[in-house]
Parts: sequence; structure tokens; C-alpha cells
Amino acid sequence: MAEQTENKPDTVTITLDGKRVTAKPGEMLIAAAERAGVYIPRFCYHPRMRPVGMCRMCLVEVKGPRGFGLAPACFIPTSEGQEVVTTSPTVKKAQDGVLEFLLVNHPLDCPVCDKGGECPLQDQTVAFGPGETRFVEEKRHWAKPIALSDLVYLDRERCIQCDRCTRFADEVAGDPLIEFVGRGDSIEVNTFPDQPFSSYFSGNTVQLCPVGALLARPYRFKARPWDLEQVESTCTMCSVGCRIAVQSSSNELTRYLGVDSEPVNHGWLCDQGRFSYQYVNSDERISSPLVRKGDELVECSWGEALAATAKALESAKAVHGPGAVAVLGGARLANEDAYAWAKLAKGVLGTDNVDAQLGDGLPAELVLGLPRATIDEACAASAIVLLAPDIKEELPVLYLRLREAAVDKGVPLVELTPQSTGLSRYAKASLSYRPGEAALLAKALVDGATGDVAGSKAAAVNGARALLGDNPVVVLGRPSVAESAASITAAAAALAGLPGVRFLPALRRANVMGALDMGLAPGILPGRVSLDAGRDWFSSVWTTLPTGAGLDAAGILSAAAEGRIQALVLLGADPAADFPDRQLARQALAGAGFVVAVDAFLTESSRQADVVLPAAAFAERHGTTTNIEGRITSLGQKIVPNGVSWPDWMIAVELAARLGTELGFETVEQVWDEVERVAPSHAGITCALLADRRFRDGVTAPLGAAPPAITGTGSAPAPRPALLAFSGEAPAVSLPPLDAYSLRLVSRRTLYGNGTLVQHAPGLAALAKSPCARANPSDLDRLGMGKGGQVRVRSNRANFLIDAEPDPGVPRGSLSLAFNSVDLEGSDAGALIDADAVVTDVRVETP
Amino acid sequence: MPLTDAAPIVTRRIGNARSWTLSSYLDHGGYQGLRKALTMAPADITAEVLTSNLLGRGGAGFEAGKKWSMLAKPRPAYVVINGDESEPATFKDHMLLENDPHQIIEGTVICALAVGAAQAFIFVRGEFALGIERMTAALNEAYAHGAVGRNIFGSDFSIDLVIHPGAGAYICGEETALIESLEGKRGFPRIKPPFFPAAIGLYGAPTIVNNVETVSNLPWIVENGGAAFAALGIGRSTGTRIFSLSGHVNRPGNYEVEMSKVSFRDLIEDPRLGGGIRNGNKLKAFIPGGASAPWFGPDQVDLALDQDAVGKAGSMLGSGSIVVMDETTCMVRAAWRITRFFHRESCGQCTPCREGSGWLDKIMRRIEEGAGRESDLDLLFDVCDNIAPGLSWPPRQTTICVLGPSIPSSITSGVRMFRDEFLTHVKEGACPYG
Amino acid sequence: MARLNADNEKRARDLIALYPESRSSLIPMLHVAQEQDGWLMPDAIAHVAELLDLTAAEVYGTASFYDMFFTHPVGRHLVSVCTNIACLLNGGFELLEHAEKSLGVSGGGTTHDGEFTLEEVECIALCGEAPCLAVNWRFFGSVTPERFDTLMADLRSGALADEVPPHGTLCRVRRSVGLPAAATPESVTGPEVPSAPGGGRPQSPGTT
Ligand SMILES: Cc1cc2nc3c(=O)[nH]c(=O)nc-3n(C[C@H](O)[C@H](O)[C@H](O)COP(=O)(O)O)c2cc1C
Ligand code: SF4
Ligand code: FES
Repeated sequence: MAEQTENKPDTVTITLDGKRVTAKPGEMLIAAAERAGVYIPRFCYHPRMRPVGMCRMCLVEVKGPRGFGLAPACFIPTSEGQEVVTTSPTVKKAQDGVLEFLLVNHPLDCPVCDKGGECPLQDQTVAFGPGETRFVEEKRHWAKPIALSDLVYLDRERCIQCDRCTRFADEVAGDPLIEFVGRGDSIEVNTFPDQPFSSYFSGNTVQLCPVGALLARPYRFKARPWDLEQVESTCTMCSVGCRIAVQSSSNELTRYLGVDSEPVNHGWLCDQGRFSYQYVNSDERISSPLVRKGDELVECSWGEALAATAKALESAKAVHGPGAVAVLGGARLANEDAYAWAKLAKGVLGTDNVDAQLGDGLPAELVLGLPRATIDEACAASAIVLLAPDIKEELPVLYLRLREAAVDKGVPLVELTPQSTGLSRYAKASLSYRPGEAALLAKALVDGATGDVAGSKAAAVNGARALLGDNPVVVLGRPSVAESAASITAAAAALAGLPGVRFLPALRRANVMGALDMGLAPGILPGRVSLDAGRDWFSSVWTTLPTGAGLDAAGILSAAAEGRIQALVLLGADPAADFPDRQLARQALAGAGFVVAVDAFLTESSRQADVVLPAAAFAERHGTTTNIEGRITSLGQKIVPNGVSWPDWMIAVELAARLGTELGFETVEQVWDEVERVAPSHAGITCALLADRRFRDGVTAPLGAAPPAITGTGSAPAPRPALLAFSGEAPAVSLPPLDAYSLRLVSRRTLYGNGTLVQHAPGLAALAKSPCARANPSDLDRLGMGKGGQVRVRSNRANFLIDAEPDPGVPRGSLSLAFNSVDLEGSDAGALIDADAVVTDVRVETP
Repeated sequence: MPLTDAAPIVTRRIGNARSWTLSSYLDHGGYQGLRKALTMAPADITAEVLTSNLLGRGGAGFEAGKKWSMLAKPRPAYVVINGDESEPATFKDHMLLENDPHQIIEGTVICALAVGAAQAFIFVRGEFALGIERMTAALNEAYAHGAVGRNIFGSDFSIDLVIHPGAGAYICGEETALIESLEGKRGFPRIKPPFFPAAIGLYGAPTIVNNVETVSNLPWIVENGGAAFAALGIGRSTGTRIFSLSGHVNRPGNYEVEMSKVSFRDLIEDPRLGGGIRNGNKLKAFIPGGASAPWFGPDQVDLALDQDAVGKAGSMLGSGSIVVMDETTCMVRAAWRITRFFHRESCGQCTPCREGSGWLDKIMRRIEEGAGRESDLDLLFDVCDNIAPGLSWPPRQTTICVLGPSIPSSITSGVRMFRDEFLTHVKEGACPYG
Repeated sequence: MARLNADNEKRARDLIALYPESRSSLIPMLHVAQEQDGWLMPDAIAHVAELLDLTAAEVYGTASFYDMFFTHPVGRHLVSVCTNIACLLNGGFELLEHAEKSLGVSGGGTTHDGEFTLEEVECIALCGEAPCLAVNWRFFGSVTPERFDTLMADLRSGALADEVPPHGTLCRVRRSVGLPAAATPESVTGPEVPSAPGGGRPQSPGTT
């Protein structure tokens, strides 16, 4: 790398208040001082954003050619020999002066302010302030809080114009929808009238605001900071794994705050994650086990529910063999739960019909077998290749990281997509492909294009190819659920041929990576080994093993629909809403012999269950979770479980007991101890290691050549099986021809949708978008509907009316329908998709 | 001090019929400086300007040639001409823009040629509608004449020039705020150090910012040589300079005089210049260099119009505008009005200026309206001290740009020179001048 | 009218072409929008944002920094009376008071007929002719109360229409050169050169 060959010193020495201190060259004084234990007060400075030096609170004396002078520590880079004084009377006077100025127009309404008790302005006024105000004039007045958006309110009288929120919106989120308006002391932060601050990241501004000017609507007047208790945890609304502080008051969650995790979220959260605590508090949580009595689910005891479940599982296995039992879901559970359930299903019941993904992901061998990159590695790659859903919609904080890599670090983004995404505007090359033709485009990107391919111009493909460099990272997921996993697998197989390539999975469900690591997929066992490779090893630790590879979600649902599944366990899974082929999912739920739902809410699927077992929700139990990088972090418990809910692993333990087997653990830690012992990819990742503060950002599995300096407690019987490696074999995909009157369907999720958790968080549910079909303006023009309007969409499955809008981001010949819009009863993408088809073709007609 | 008979330089064509047109300009020797410059090596043009010791006319008075020599290497580089003139009581650039636009264009092209700029922008205060129209018309003519654009006068030097209108904000006269504004943003000054425009300016590229009057001198300097310019004036204050004279004088107006050889008294009293104070009144105080400058009293009236002499005496020649206040003036009201100006024009970026200016405005207004307290005078000083620590000259600052430390000038001068008058306001609850 | 009309959109695109970075054309473009409607209408702001690939909030936030831009309607004539130091010393406040009485509005207000908006402004650089004012940024110096009234009457009657275009019109001369799309210098036919409005300009400079 060019920078490293330059001969720059690694450290500089500065004199700080008479003491010699080493600092990184060019780092801002305020940061260097802080590391040296000298805290310089500040309001506008934030280590994750560009300094602006505006508030002037951090003035210190820095020696220049003409002696000491006042300078903002947040804007002065350190340099060799620099002399800095932070405690002189001059500094004190300047800082006191700034504080007094800040209070001139401040309403001093701390007693009624949400921020009271955790407000740097209040704290510093108490600690250093002049005590009594010399300002006797009329203060600036603004109408009290205005709504910047559905989630964020602003009290402009309290604003100290530090530019943090506005800088965040512009620099970090890329949504400059709030701005300074006006000039001088009448500056306010505001939106363009009637164009709200509808950013997926708006909540960060509330956390960033150093005073009580920005308020989270769901939190307003809910609690006082001194009443709050907190525990650190990991957000599980998606699989990025942002670190959070979970706060509660009287056994009710009150808010989440972003915690700055260097490798992951840099302190940021998306609004979905930040406000998701509301679902935990929801009144609609299931608080007791339920059994079906006729058409109704009625409350019952754990004993009754477990007995009924055990009986159903046992008889299904006894009468029809282990293959009559199937387990769907588990990607929302903690690692320990996933392991316990994998052990119950595969090691006790002996079925391999287990799938944590719901047909909207990618095969486990592919995901686990490809060389993995971390987020940091992706952001430092020679190029980032996106073959993924819209990252902004599904993995929002990964979007922030990738956007930063592209915008601030200049890492080229190369996108292979059936439709423009939130990252398209930052992409150096955005190559569109027709649904089903991802592999063609991927191959051309690897080998070079001689002609137009899959709808992209040869020159564009070759231009993108020239950007890739020698260590690209592919962010890999399902760009559209209306295009089969096989099609994307074939594309991934082609991209695996790029020299130096690594992959960052972009599968969205919170702990999908943990679930796969724990073996919740057909054909694999815990610790990233195949069923065949791990057979000997696991025979020595488990009592039973499946005889051969089982069915994936689509296979399980087809079998259930055909009456071949006698007992179907749904682990926090709602196939009726999440499986791309809605018709098949519904038939499966109707056709399965006995359905057990382990869930926190009644969903379309769990409503049809015979037994519903209430599971503890986030923050009601502790354990670990694994993000897309394979990073294992802790989940903290803050409150006691709702009603009589149990953690999922405990339910597995109790069921096993009723089936006559001991799973062998009584605490979460014991589950993890066993994981560390038996899962080959997790060797050495002990409870002690995870609890060590030095690894508070988590550890990625498997541990590298030099494992952290803590030795595992477990010693496993050798030899351990080899970890899965992707074979490179691509499934053959044969694409049906597209007739001239049809459009090929693209279907993706949006951030706020019909998901159970979002729908039970009132602050978020309201943000879900209503359904709409998007097509290229020229395709709508052809229908004489250039401006959009209502259309009829028809596939060989279903047809319905829906609003259509022209969208140049959708290539010609395609139609885009969000997969998770609300209020879609019967008229959604899921109704059109056929799980067996590579692509779904639809016709659009004027009604 | 006798007046000199040095001929005016930048105003020499003003008064000619339709002086703003190309034909008039050409009839009076226009574009000869540029033609000559095109035959010179860029470094030689800079050398002439260095020799002339032309001081910037925008307010800070920095040597133009020195600034050009400091231009950082990476290219492209830009030239930006500051025609935002908004310093209260300054009205010379306004006159030049309306009456001799071609001279500005010629000077700009010479500057661009000397520093090797990729493009040049003339930022004209938005309120100067006629100035913008005249500049635009002149630019059209200049292009047609071959003085701007591709292969100027058949040489291999090409440059495009843009007349950029401002939109009403005093702070955009500050060079870094001006650059921000030219980039289409709010006019927030940038923090310097570390980066001065000559290193990181417009679009992050090295940029020269010069005042309209400054570049208007360039055609003459190139034509006549830097030495001829340096022969005028005394010491560092060379050449002639326009002084905007206003207030209680009989003949307010713009006067171009040789620097250092004319005193404030000459300017105010000479019948060819200010013509004395109105109604034969006595001088009470005067502002020597725009609203940002500390005031002088009758004791300083014999100081020369010399940048260093005025600086040493505790104020500045600044933008070259002299406001004369006679014995009938209420100094509280005068100081309050200037304070209010800074309050209204503070960009709002940094706390001491944003909040301090408003606070000072309110205190001053209270005193002026007769609701002041004696302790207010100390409070005024303390608030000022928190903006410009030490209240010394040249000022130190807790703020980003020097608008901040300009705020105290009128207040501290007013209170220091006319404490009794302030106290009378406080004690009698009214203005003795009605 | 709200969005830029075709002619003004063309002007806007020409402006973009003048600068190395498109956002630099923001302020000139807002002047075009204000010329079109007399103030910055929300749709015009949104249109400018579209043309520059900015959010409307960015354009709005920027515009709001500048005194010349109005995001609410103003009268056909914006009367700007200076009260800064040189004018203060020569009766600027008295002139403002007279103007308020005469027009029946106070600072910032607009007359009922929508003809005049009166504002008190900072120094307009006509200090040699204090007290002074500007109407739609056409300058008038040495304004006595009587002259003020005559001036308003002339503006109202349209007698000064040539010299004082409606509010928002900043520059009636179009740049005709140096644009990628514009004619070559040779084909430029005599650029128009405006002469001074009737406001006692140009100011005579003194000489030694
Ligand atoms: C608050 C403030 C306002 C200023 N206004 C102007 C102005 O209106 N015109 C100007 O030429 N310079 C103005 N300046 C000075 C400029 O920052 C800069 O020094 C000058 O344009 C450089 O040109 P010169 O070297 O030719 O004087 C101002 C400075 C400050 C701090
Ligand atoms: S000193 Fe005043 S004008 Fe200058 S940057 Fe600070 S707030 Fe803005
Ligand atoms: S923290 Fe440095 S100026 Fe605000």
C-alpha cells in the first residue's frame, strides 16, 4: 500500500499540561488528550464525524510561533513537539465564557427535559459554570417541540447549534434532510417544510444530541435517566449485530442506545433496531402455553403443552420414521437455543429435515463454505461486489459501513442487481441483470464480456471488472426472493473464481449465521461440518444422528403439503408470511399432521399450530449471537421473561426429557461449554473468553492461527472433522423464455414491513409502506400508464389489483413488488411466486 | 500635511462618459496592461506585483504579491475576486463595479495569468444589481474583444471568468465564507489555521482571493512597473488607495489619494476632499477603517493614512472607510447600531460570536433606551473579553473568524472614550442628545 | 408558477455548466427562481434541488442563510432602507420612520395591495449619499421624506418600471459567452449595456 511505504513516524510526542504524551500523528488533540486521561470538554466534537470546531468549548492553549494562543482542541492535529495547556486561567475563562454563552438562549428547563440527568450541558454548568446568570434579557423563542419525523421531535429552544445531528444526517447517513435554517442566533435545525426527516437512521441524532433538543418520540417523558438500569447486548433485528445498551426501568424496556463497536456499528443503529424494544413490551406477547381445543387455542400449563408436544413428536417418529418430523426456523434464536434444538432434532429425534432459513436465503454449504470476510475487511477491500438484496433496507448499519467505505475511503462498489438499490448512487458500477441471469453476469464479470450480457452492456461489465483489484469482497445474499436460490448459488460459484475473493454473507435474519453454525440446516452438523464429514465425531458426543441429508424449507413444506410431515416444529418461524411461495406455505401448514410453534407472538403460522410454546424474547434471557461475519457477541438479559415464557433452549431440554433423553445442560453457559467442545469451528471460544472485556466486540469463529490468550476449558476427543469448504459446483439453472408480454418479477424486502416484530412496535409499525408495483417508465408507457395508477398483475398463480409507479431504477422487462408490504392480504408477491420456478413471470394489465 | 499631486490610478476613468463600456475603456488605454502581461512570464508579473508592494484593499492589508507566491502547487488553482463589499461605510468597490468593470476584468485576468489559474470567479455582492449587470455586460464585451476566453489576444493563455452574484450576507466577504458560498453552501467561514485558501480553497484547490480594488490596480502596475507604484506612498503603504469618506462631512465620497502622505485631517477637511465637518461642527470621533475598526478621537486626526501607523495607534485602516462623527452624535447610539450590525450578520457558527453578539446588542440597546445599569459597562467588557480575550489590538479571539473580535471594537472604543456619556444614559435613563 | 419554466430551466442548466462543480450554481439559480416568482416558492426550491441532485432541505437551508432570498411572498417592490452608521448619522432612522408612516407598514411588512415590502437593512454601500435606500436593489441616494413619497408614487404608477424591474430580477443582462452551448464570441451581437437608473449615480469620485 502506498501510504505505508511513505516514511511517516507512527507516533509523535506532545507536551500536555507539562507532561510528555505520545499521540498518533495528525490525530486531533482532543482525542490524544482523552487517551492520556485529560478530558477536554466539548459539544460539537464527535469522534465518528468530521470535526467542525464550532462550539468552541474545547478551547485550549496551544503554542504557536507567537506564543500560546487559544485553539479548538477538536480541530488541531497533533504534531511533534507541540505544547498544549488545558488548565490555565485563560483556558478556564474561555471555556466558562463559552458555557455562559451557550446558556444565554437556553431555556434552562432541565426539570422537564428528557435529557436532564445525562446532559453534558447541564453537567458542565453544574461542574464548572458561573453559577448565576448575568443574562437578564428576553431569550429566543421557538414553538415547542416540532416533529421532524414520526420518530424524532425537536425542541429548538434547547438546541445549541453543534451541527451533530445535521452532520450525521449528511455525512454518515447520506440523508441530508435536516439542515441549519437561518443565520446567526436565529439558526434552527429543520427540515424542508413538508418533507420530514424520514431517514432509517434518524434515531441516532437523538443519541448524538448533547442536549435535550432532539427527542425520540417513543421515549419522551417515559423515564428519567437516573432510574434506568442497563446491560450491554447485541441488536437482533438483523444480522449485522450492532452493539447496544439495553435500558429498562421497573422491568420494562425503555430504550436502546448504540454502543460504539469498532469492527461493527461505530455506535450507530438503524431506527428499526433502536425502537424495536417496543415489541418486547407489547401486550400481545404470548404469556402462557396454548393448546388447540377445536378451533381455538386455549391457555394451558407447561406440563400439558410439553406432554402434548412430546407425544406428537414421538408418535410421528415411531410411526413414520424420523423423516416425518421437521423443524423450521431458528434464525431468530440465540446460539445456545439453536444448538439445543439442533441437538434435539438431529441428535435425539434423528431427523435432518431442519432448516433455519425459509427459502429466502442461500444453501448452508455455500454460506458456510465460502471464504469469509469481516465488515472491516470488506471496507478495506480492493472492491466491494454486491450481489445482495438492498442492503439499506435489510442490513441498514452495514449500509452505513459500506457507504462510508465508498464515499470516504474510495473503495469501488460494483453492484450486480436486478433493480437499483440504496447503494446504487454510491456504486462505481451498477450492473443490472434480468432475474434468473445473475450467473451469466457474474461469469462475465469474472471472465470478461465479449457482448452484452443479461441486460448489461459489455463495456460496462468490463469497466466494472477493471475495478475489482486483487482482494475483492463479495457481499452475498438474495437480490430477489422471486429468483431462485439456485440462480444465485450459480452466480456465487462463478464469483468464487475471482482471485483473492472473500465473501460477506448478506442474509438478514438476526442469528441466521449462528443457526447455520449450530447445524440448523439440512446436511450439516454444528461447527460448520457436513453431516457426512462430522458423522464419526458427533457419534461420539450425540446419541443419534440422521441417516442422510434431509429436506430444506421448500422440501419440508412440499412434504407437509403432501401429508408426509407428521410433526412440524416452527421455531419462531412464520412461513406463511416469510416463505416466498405463500400458497405452498399455507398448504403445508394445513397438511402437516401436528404443528408446534415456539414463539413470542401469534402469527399467521402459529395461529394454526396445535401447541404454542411461549418463548422468552430479547433482553429476557442471555446468551450469544453470531453476526454475518461469524462474530460471536453476548446477548444481555435485562428484564424477567414475560408471563411464563422460557428461553428456547430450556424448552428443548424439557422436551428431550419427556422424550426420555437428557440434553445435558442446565444453564446457558453449559450449552455454550458443549458448543465450544463439540463444534469444530468454535473450538477455543469459551465462555470466559467471551466474557473478557478485551473481547467486548466479540470474536469471530473460527479463531485464527493465534487464538486469544485464553485457553479453552473443554478438551474434545480428536480427531475433529474438517470444516466445510464450498465445492465450487454450481447447480444447473434453466431459464424459461420470457414472452414479449410478460415482465419478470423482482421482489425484495423493505426495512419496515409486515414482520411480526416491527408490527408489534407501535413506533415502527406506522412506518411500513403500503404495497406498490414498480416498473420501468417505458414498460408502463407501453400500457399507456406512464404516470402510474392501478394495474392488474397476473401470474399463473394469482392476479390482483395494485398501484403501479414508474421507477427508472427497475430495468425494462421487470416488475418490482416489495415482499413484505403491509395490508397485502392475497395481493402480494408471495401469492405470485412458485417455489419450484427459477423466476416468476407476470403480466401487467390495465384494470 | 500637504496633499500630493499623485494622479489617481483605479479611479482615473471614472467620470468618463459611459465609462463602463468597452469602447470607453479602450479609448482610455484599456486592456494595455493585459496585452503587456501576456508578453511576460507569469513569474515576472508576480515579481512586479511584489515590487509594487500592493497591499490587499479588502481589509486585512496583506501583500498581494506575497499571497500569490504562497499559492500551493497542486493544480487546478482558482482565482476568486472579492466584490462582496458589505463592511459598513465602505462603498468603493460598489463604485468600481458599476463604473469600471473592464478594469476589474483586466486585473482579474492578469492575476489568473500570473498564478496560472484554471478559472476565475468574480463574486459580486448580490445587492449590487447594477454592478452585476454592468459586470456581466462587460464580460460579454470582453469575450467578444478577445480579452477573456480562449487564446486571449491571440496568445496561448485561455481563461474563463464567471460573474457570481452573492445573495446578502456580510460574512461572505470573509474569504473562506466566500468560498463556501461560491460552492453553493451557507457562508460559514472555515477554520484557519490549518488551511488557508492559498493551500486549500475553492473545491479544496489552491485559491487566490483578492479584493476588487486590489486587482483593479494590476493593469496599471503591469503597464507602469511595480517600482512606479512603490514610488508612491511611504514604507509598506505604497501606491494610492480609495478612501470612502462618510458621516458628518460636507463632501462625503470616494477619494483616491496617495497612501501615507495624506492624514485623516486632510481627508476630512481639505476642500477638494471632505470639505470639513458639516455646519462647522467639531469632530467628536471617527472610525478609521470600517465598522470593525476601533474608533479614534480628535487626538489621532493627524495620523497619516498609513496601514502600519494606524495599526500601531490601536486600530486599522481596514477597508479604507472613514466615518466622521461630529459633536452632536450620540456615541451610545452609534456603538449600538454597529453592534446590532454584527449581531445580524454573525453567521451563527461559533458560540461566542453567535450568542455574544446578540447579548451585546441587547445590553447596548437597553442602555441606549435608558434602561441600563451601571454594572452593564463592566458586563459589556466582560462579554467582549470572552469573544476577544484581553481586548488588545490586534485582537485575539475565541471565535473561528475575525468577525467575532470585531464586535467589541465599537463598544470598547465607545465606553473607553465616552464613559461619561454612557453613564449619563444609565443614570438619567435617557439620551442627552434626544 | 412554481417549478422553473422551460426558459428558466434552460438558464439553470447553463449556470451549472459554468462551474467545475454543479452546486456552485445554487445561488445564481435561486436568483433565477426568485426572478420568476418574486420569492422562492416551495416547488421551485424542490426543482432546483432536483437539478443539482440535492435534497430540498439542503437548498432550503442554504437559501435561508441569505437575506436576499425570501421563502414567503413579498411585495412587487422591496424597499430597503439603510440605517447603518453613515445613514444613522444622516437621518436614516428618521427616513425609516417616515417610510413606515407613509406606507403604513412596519419593518418587514407588506402593504395590503402587495405593492411594497418595507425592510430595514444593513449598509448598502451608498454611504456617500446617506440616507439612502434601494428598491428591488436599485439604489436611491440622499432621500428626503418628500423624495421618498415621490419615489413611491412613481413606482406605484409604473413611471420607473424601466429602471426598477419587479422584485427578484437581479440582472437583466444574460451571459452570452463562454458557455459550452453558447454562440462563439464572433457571433455575439452587441451586448446590451445598461445605463444607470435615475438614482443619482454614478457617484463622483474625488481626486487629489
Ligand atoms: C467579516 C469579514 C468581512 C470581510 N468582508 C470583505 C469584503 O466585503 N470585501 C473584501 O474584499 N474583503 C473582505 N474581507 C477580507 C477578506 O477576508 C480577504 O482578506 C480579502 O478579500 C483578501 O483580498 P485582498 O488581499 O485583496 O484584500 C472580510 C473579512 C472579514 C473577516
Ligand atoms: S466569528 Fe461569528 S461570523 Fe465568524 S465564524 Fe464565528 S459565528 Fe461566524
Ligand atoms: S468540541 Fe471543539 S469546538 Fe466544539
